[in-house]
Amino acid sequence: MDNKRKYVIPGDVITTGPFRPEQNVILEGDKIISTTIGISEIYDDSVKVITLTGKYIPKIDDLVIGKINSHTSLSWELDINSCYVGFLPAQDVFGRDFSAHADELSSKLKTGDLVAARIANFDRTRDPLVTISDRDLGKIDSGVLIKISPSKVPRLIGKKGSMIQMIEMATNAVVTIGQNGWVVVSCESPEGLLKAKKAIEMVNEKAHVANLTDQIKEMLEIKDNES
Amino acid sequence: MGGRNATMVLLDENGIRCDGRKIDEPRRIMIKAGGLKNADGSAYIEFGNNKILVGVFGPRDVHPKHMSNTDTGILRVRYHMEPFSVTERKNPAPSRREIEISKVIKEALEPAVMLEKFPRTAVDVFIEVLQADGGTRCAALTAASVALADAGIPMRDMVASIAAGKVADTIVLDVNNEEDQAGQADMPIGYMPSLKKITLLQLDGILTPEEYKKCVDVGVQGCKIVYELQKKALTDKYFGKGGD
Repeated sequence: MDNKRKYVIPGDVITTGPFRPEQNVILEGDKIISTTIGISEIYDDSVKVITLTGKYIPKIDDLVIGKINSHTSLSWELDINSCYVGFLPAQDVFGRDFSAHADELSSKLKTGDLVAARIANFDRTRDPLVTISDRDLGKIDSGVLIKISPSKVPRLIGKKGSMIQMIEMATNAVVTIGQNGWVVVSCESPEGLLKAKKAIEMVNEKAHVANLTDQIKEMLEIKDNES
Repeated sequence: MGGRNATMVLLDENGIRCDGRKIDEPRRIMIKAGGLKNADGSAYIEFGNNKILVGVFGPRDVHPKHMSNTDTGILRVRYHMEPFSVTERKNPAPSRREIEISKVIKEALEPAVMLEKFPRTAVDVFIEVLQADGGTRCAALTAASVALADAGIPMRDMVASIAAGKVADTIVLDVNNEEDQAGQADMPIGYMPSLKKITLLQLDGILTPEEYKKCVDVGVQGCKIVYELQKKALTDKYFGKGGD
């Protein structure tokens, strides 16, 4: 039974023995204890818990969707749905020859704009540094923002992207998923947009259901036959 | 509160207490996780006639900024009693007692909450006592730890809490309001069941060393009962039929 997934709450002893504690677990003596509500998984030499609640904590290389909160003459501040604000330096957008006198930050990104960004650097001493200078990153011009729980993002993506690919295929929508639980959907047809939005919200609500993929498929395909 | 009925029998010859419980029997306890939509985590507890609602926010920005700590997150707890929570209207302004209980609960939760994972942030716990009937700090601490778990804040263990005490020369579990007023001692205990550590221990009254040990033992056993109910509340919300 040790290899089975288990539902755990903080303080539950998952297992004892020579395992390496990974995400959301601590080692106390020889006991491995969960620190959060979630599902525990035991591998050959390590133990981790997939959390079901909680805020987004930035991780380096995560793709996030951010909203411009404000800017100074040198940088923007992004709301990334976390307890920390994202810090986007002006050089990242204007290049090395950025001059605080000549360049006006609000000409590129205004307060309220949505951007797809990557966490470039983050440690416990500083706020997360984000970058938008990469392919697929930058300002998001069109689409609808959907907010889901950050802990349900892996479910929305699915195994090797199966869930999100299915939604994209069925609706012809382009879905950008931020690890912080913010999702932007854009689609040429309004019906596709609504359908994709409904599917994403369904994943958010029913993330714990076992045959969710089938349910989503059913919902999308039934609609397909009707139209 | 003097002028109590001096003839009230706290413990009869059959070992039955004034509200019909046995000496090692807690009051009826009901815990519900969640319930508040706008808070990051919440819990509601009914502990005998105590009714307490807890909301948790965080980790989030610290305001005022100077309170933040670059090494670790901070925990802020507000314990507040509603004006209608007691028989005579209570002034809603924080009293000396409430400020003290806020501090006591904060310090009882701190060993469990892994604040060092979130430097420069704050976790806020708001405890509202809707109805009080003795032992509110224990009930509030129990509910606060459920609410923290519901908010997804990493914790080493849950904190379960209950009071033990001495009534009519006998060590009893879960002292109610009458027993607290007329009894000989009251000892609230907060306990982390998996780590086997005590995070809260107060004592009001006089006990011999033997009675003290017995009292702690009885309290720890009581905490284990409470812990099972905390576990059930969270399991029901997250893994129950149809989820939340």
